[in-house]
Amino acid sequence: MADVLVTTDWVAQHANDPGIRVVEVDVDTTAYDQGHVPGAAGWNWTTELCDTLTRDIIPLKKLEELLGKSGIDNKTTIILYGDNNNWFASWAFWQLKMYGHEDVRMMDGGRKKWLAEGRDLTTDKPTLAAKTYKASGPDLSLRAFLPEVQQASAGKKAALVDVRSPAEFTGEILAPPGLPETCQRGGHIPGAKSIPWGKNCNEDGTFKSADELKALYGGQGVGGDAPVIAYCRIGERSSITWFVLKYLLGFKNVKNYDGSWTEWGNLVGAPVEKP
Amino acid sequence: MKAEGYERRRLELAGWPIEVETHKLGDVYYCTINNVDPGARFARAEAPTREEAERQALAKAERYLAQTKRHPIS
Repeated sequence: MADVLVTTDWVAQHANDPGIRVVEVDVDTTAYDQGHVPGAAGWNWTTELCDTLTRDIIPLKKLEELLGKSGIDNKTTIILYGDNNNWFASWAFWQLKMYGHEDVRMMDGGRKKWLAEGRDLTTDKPTLAAKTYKASGPDLSLRAFLPEVQQASAGKKAALVDVRSPAEFTGEILAPPGLPETCQRGGHIPGAKSIPWGKNCNEDGTFKSADELKALYGGQGVGGDAPVIAYCRIGERSSITWFVLKYLLGFKNVKNYDGSWTEWGNLVGAPVEKP
Repeated sequence: MKAEGYERRRLELAGWPIEVETHKLGDVYYCTINNVDPGARFARAEAPTREEAERQALAKAERYLAQTKRHPIS
């Protein structure tokens, strides 16, 4: 298993060890309060992992405060997990790496596997001794902005990977079924390849093996020689693919385009490819 | 405490494939509804019985799914 992944068994044994902090980050921000891994902190992606005034990642000072109050210092091993196969846990992982945290890992299978295995849960929030955290960065080599994506699309200099569902890729739907439409146009960025994020995972929520993942991406011509930019609708599903490509397959140049389809699909004059 | 009676099943609702996930924690049943593709949780409910939690969650899910439009792709 890659050293950025830990099993549910490992977490059950080590969640409260000194130097370890388990953190739950869910799409459904009420899930943590329903029951979480004993000792785990909970972060709300809608208020705590972003800039709430500007559409942006969490500002450096806010990240330092969040980590500090979560009992995390620069040497802490952070174990992330969450619902929906670690969608927003990956989003947190991506941001922590941008701000230079050394040791971040993901609980393979996330909340889904923990629940399915009938493991211990608590609704008690842990009392965490505050620590001082000093962030660096952000390292923007991990993040793609619109101009770079436009150049990649026009010049084919980077592989664009659209991780949304096939129906979103073709423009048949503008958002995942049951969720609000957040764009004016459906379709995909010209030149993008459709490799839905779910193909990274097994039925139990764990990540597929490196060999399976290599075959998945290699089969679509994404081999790691050229830069890769992953995108979805708001940047969280593409964080999973970013994580897979960078940390499970070891690609050197992988960026997450968090502007994603909510930016591109609303942009005046942006070319859109269908289906 | 531990999650008990975790169950996951797939069915079709309002023309969309969905996944129903239910478990019990303490005295409460929690039900969440995910769309199968992409796999996002979009409705949930909690109640004293499995049946009631699922009924409420499915009712919400059906309302939300009714607002999802299929667009022409050409």
